[in-house]
Amino acid sequence: MRHMLSSAVFAGFAAGLLCALLQYILVEPKILLAERYESGELVHFQGVPTAAAQADAMAKSMPGMEMSAAPAGLGHGEAEGSSPYRGALTVLFAVLTYCGYGLVLMGGIQIAEQIGIKLGLAQGVLWGLAGFAAFQLMPALGLQPDLPGTPSADLQARQVWWALTAACTAMGLWLLSYGHGLVQRAAGVALLAAPHVWGAPVLPEFAGVAPPELASAFAARSLGVGLITWMALGGMLVTLWHSEPAK
Amino acid sequence: MNMIQTQVRSSAALQAVFVALVGLTLVFASGFAQSQTLHDAAHDMRHSTGFPCH
Repeated sequence: MRHMLSSAVFAGFAAGLLCALLQYILVEPKILLAERYESGELVHFQGVPTAAAQADAMAKSMPGMEMSAAPAGLGHGEAEGSSPYRGALTVLFAVLTYCGYGLVLMGGIQIAEQIGIKLGLAQGVLWGLAGFAAFQLMPALGLQPDLPGTPSADLQARQVWWALTAACTAMGLWLLSYGHGLVQRAAGVALLAAPHVWGAPVLPEFAGVAPPELASAFAARSLGVGLITWMALGGMLVTLWHSEPAK
Repeated sequence: MNMIQTQVRSSAALQAVFVALVGLTLVFASGFAQSQTLHDAAHDMRHSTGFPCH
């Protein structure tokens, strides 16, 4: 038990640091730039209203929809800019998140080993890829990574869809990889597809204020950073887990 | 002997489920919780990691 926890936390800690470093270099500049569009300091095409003004207009035209551009706290309203405090919080939460992911992955790997599946470094990396698919890639098919200031559908509905998609993807990949027979494999495919057939909660129109080039660069980079971090997490986790002879 | 093995195996599986649940709790606290302080602190990580944010 202690070895399980320590392997997961060490691997998660290292993966979180790697993620924070890559995000700082590749993703954070896009977020900071997007916030200057969100606050209205920069305007993409003259005459386009700021995020807050657009959210107001949309809230009037679509009652019941929650807008994301309400000015409150960090990254809303005024552009906060970069600061060591903000950077440190991002590092802290990247580490916490990947420690959490490491523990989830550890639980899955332990269950797999209990039913007699042998896992080496390569399988660890594959498990990392599966984690990336479950927790980032497949949810992103419905809910693309959003820049700050992008109006989107009701938060709770998106969170529920995100969590269900992650769960369905994880179970679907398990059945596809370790299931026996056609029925279990077909159930795996059905689970992978179900959330997307159902459909993610999205707004009926586009209302982002940042240039599309900025949004696409942000989306590509955040998925890329996720991919690298998850592969590293899976590889490190299996290596650490198998490192101690007495477990 | 078989019974002991089964017990060892089921307790290992229980531990695995427990570890995964602790991990999920951590992920949901840092990615989903909507208290203003938590949200502000985790803001940039949530956007870059693909969690639905505000």
